[in-house]
Amino acid sequence: MILASAGNIVVWIVWVGAGFACLASGIAVVSFSNPFYSALSLIGNLGSLAVLYLLLSAEFVAAAQVLVYAGAVMVMFLFVIAYVGPRVETPWAGAPSWQAVGAVLAAGSIFLEIIVAVALKAGGRLSHSDHVNATFGTPGWIGRLFLTDHLLAFEITSIVLLIAAVGGVILGAHTRRAG
Amino acid sequence: MLGPGVAWYLGVAAFLFGTGALGVIVRRNPIIVLLSLEIMLNGGNLALIAVARHAGNGAGQIFALAVMAVAASEVCVGLGLVVAINRKRLDLDIDKLSELRG
Repeated sequence: MILASAGNIVVWIVWVGAGFACLASGIAVVSFSNPFYSALSLIGNLGSLAVLYLLLSAEFVAAAQVLVYAGAVMVMFLFVIAYVGPRVETPWAGAPSWQAVGAVLAAGSIFLEIIVAVALKAGGRLSHSDHVNATFGTPGWIGRLFLTDHLLAFEITSIVLLIAAVGGVILGAHTRRAG
Repeated sequence: MLGPGVAWYLGVAAFLFGTGALGVIVRRNPIIVLLSLEIMLNGGNLALIAVARHAGNGAGQIFALAVMAVAASEVCVGLGLVVAINRKRLDLDIDKLSELRG
């Protein structure tokens, strides 16, 4: 019992740290004027999200998050930012424009709408979660699920990635010929 | 389930989605718009994984992995467009790219 409550406290501390890092780095991505710093704070956002996924016993998704996002997607982002050159833009400087005020209002209303919708539809049922066994979220379990119940989604995902790769190549090659 | 309940995770997910939406609306650099889109997708992913854990069902995690694949594809095409725009010596400002022609 003492061990369980100690574990609970540790999980709470990790959750508060990761959740705060997640929200703070999300705000940093939106508010940095230099896109290079925005991309670097998105790496922090993705890392703290991976910690949250681990707390939700989604080990494979957390590992894939770090590999796919921090490993591949962010390298592409940083490469393109370095290629294009940093363009400093100051959206929050000076007097607040009506665009910025409207955007903050719109984003805040989206946030409130999601909270109210979730609370109305599922508020009473979110209090206690189902118990899951130790294999929940492990790579073998995910792989078995992918190849049995969700085989069609798996195959369609591969086609989507192939089409995106072809599209990227076409976008690059066409402009080279035209320019 | 140790630690906070699933409602806290859904709150963080909603805040991430709102933050990403703010970035998409207010920023003009297309690269930062893409970064903010990633935040929105990750908010959706966090909600999917939290509900998957809540229900003890694996379909949410499968969906989250599919969303990650779609996000990678979107970044591939989006950054390809950014590079193509930059090659044509156009200004990287989405307010000035509203006509869809060079």
